[in-house]
Amino acid sequence: MSLLSASSNPAPAIAEPPVPATDWAVKVEHLVLTYKTTIEKKPTFKKALVRLGRRQRIVREIQAVRDVSFETPHGAVLGIIGVNGAGKSTLMRTVAGILPPTSGRIEVHGRVSTLLALGVGFKGDMSGRENVVLGGLAAGLTKEQLAQKYDEIAEFAELGDFMDMPMRTYSSGMFGRLAFSVAVNMEPDILLIDEALSVGDARFREKSFEKMRELCSSSSTILLVSHGLNAIRKLADEVLWLHQGEIAMRGEATEVIQAYKRFLDVRESDIADDDV
Amino acid sequence: MSTIAERRDAGEFASEVHVYEPHKVGLPPLGAYLTQLWGRREFAVELARSDLRSKHYNTAFGQIWLILNPLLLGLVYFALVQIIGRRGGSMAALAHLLLALFTFRLVSTSISQGARSVVGGGRLILNTAFPRTLLPLSSVLTCFMLFLPTLGVYAIVHVAAGLPVRPEILWGIPIIATMVVFAAGVAMFVAAVQVYFRDLTSFLRYMLRIWLYLSPILWVAAQVPEKYKPLLYLNPLYPPLTALSEAVNLGITPPARLLLLSFAWAVAALVVGGLFFISREREFAVRL
Repeated sequence: MSLLSASSNPAPAIAEPPVPATDWAVKVEHLVLTYKTTIEKKPTFKKALVRLGRRQRIVREIQAVRDVSFETPHGAVLGIIGVNGAGKSTLMRTVAGILPPTSGRIEVHGRVSTLLALGVGFKGDMSGRENVVLGGLAAGLTKEQLAQKYDEIAEFAELGDFMDMPMRTYSSGMFGRLAFSVAVNMEPDILLIDEALSVGDARFREKSFEKMRELCSSSSTILLVSHGLNAIRKLADEVLWLHQGEIAMRGEATEVIQAYKRFLDVRESDIADDDV
Repeated sequence: MSTIAERRDAGEFASEVHVYEPHKVGLPPLGAYLTQLWGRREFAVELARSDLRSKHYNTAFGQIWLILNPLLLGLVYFALVQIIGRRGGSMAALAHLLLALFTFRLVSTSISQGARSVVGGGRLILNTAFPRTLLPLSSVLTCFMLFLPTLGVYAIVHVAAGLPVRPEILWGIPIIATMVVFAAGVAMFVAAVQVYFRDLTSFLRYMLRIWLYLSPILWVAAQVPEKYKPLLYLNPLYPPLTALSEAVNLGITPPARLLLLSFAWAVAALVVGGLFFISREREFAVRL
């Protein structure tokens, strides 16, 4: 926070949304999330034994989210911005129920669909079709629901015959397109998206944008993490700026983005707005 | 298109309410967890089925291989035992070896595939909230599906050896069930440990091989000197494999002691493995 107070930002504009409690889609109260992880990418027993001899410790405690509270009404788009390691992805995973909170409470009203990692395609030997079904079943949909949605998903992803090919034959763009298509076509009440707008080519990006707008108009709530400030500005009703696990600022999109850019010390430019 | 107020008043959003709070004593509420696990069982079944399809076990040659592979393995071990033991091979001995080997493989492949299940499902774990126990349980299901056709191979050898076909053979069903439950418990345990020690599968290969030699597969309990017999009970697979051999190979009711021990090992493995896995699974998303 010291960094922030040193900058010339206006005072954080934290305003309570003017909606009764029943209208909340997501309500986060005093969320704290601390976890332990290793510095090693692939921890092994062999290395652990070697370390034991040297008495080294490589487990690190990370305070990813510190006392964060906010609520989002149904049908709103909440953009979440912040530098790398600010706790954005961890916050999203906690709202998705993937990481249980260390303390605090989260209430989520409605069916959640997530695009926090390219979860579809976790089995490279299996076809796109099989992966879509598996991803959907894991998320709690029934086979019947998936059968109804399947054509829509395949059509949106524009993969054609590739849908029946093993996913290890896909390019990274194709991977992303399919994952995005699954996430947005599940008729979610709440959609959690992490950095998904950078998926695919320019045309597909445009299309994903349109799809998100369509979801908003059908009263879906979206929590969107992105470094693409242009996308955030166009889509988000409200923006949450996270810094070192805390809310640095919350308020109207343009205002928060401007403050964030001042903090980052980047000038107005298309490059900065596309990917900061 | 309905408005937010209309949808809210219709109770649409209330149909699914999730509340996430800190876990007490490292475990999520078990009742809710098990309900969710049962609710998403279709995922485990579909994952097992797709896994078999991706390995081409749905084709004619794939199915032939499925039978041929364990049969050839059984014949190799049989030849080995005959050469070392300098005995003339009998069909009854082959029948014992095949049944024990096939069921041991059911357990050992469940454990080795289960060990890889969580690390292999990394991206799904990072993206979706679901009971992670579905992943090792699905591996066990895959191995059980691969095990079923080998029973056909055994049946042919059983008849060819002139072994009795009596109702006592049906004891085989609960005995194999206890072995599957035992395998599921161990699979969950090793799947969780694999997240912390990625080289576990390399060690596991050797441990499973040693376990094979220490189990009554290439030998029978009667060949063990009396003073070493109590040691046999340290092997969790000794009671079910011996009981299975008595019930299915010989057609006699296995002693209650062996059945109870098989059951006890299965429950212990399921409780210890299951609770260990569930207590660790919240960490998987940050460790993968």
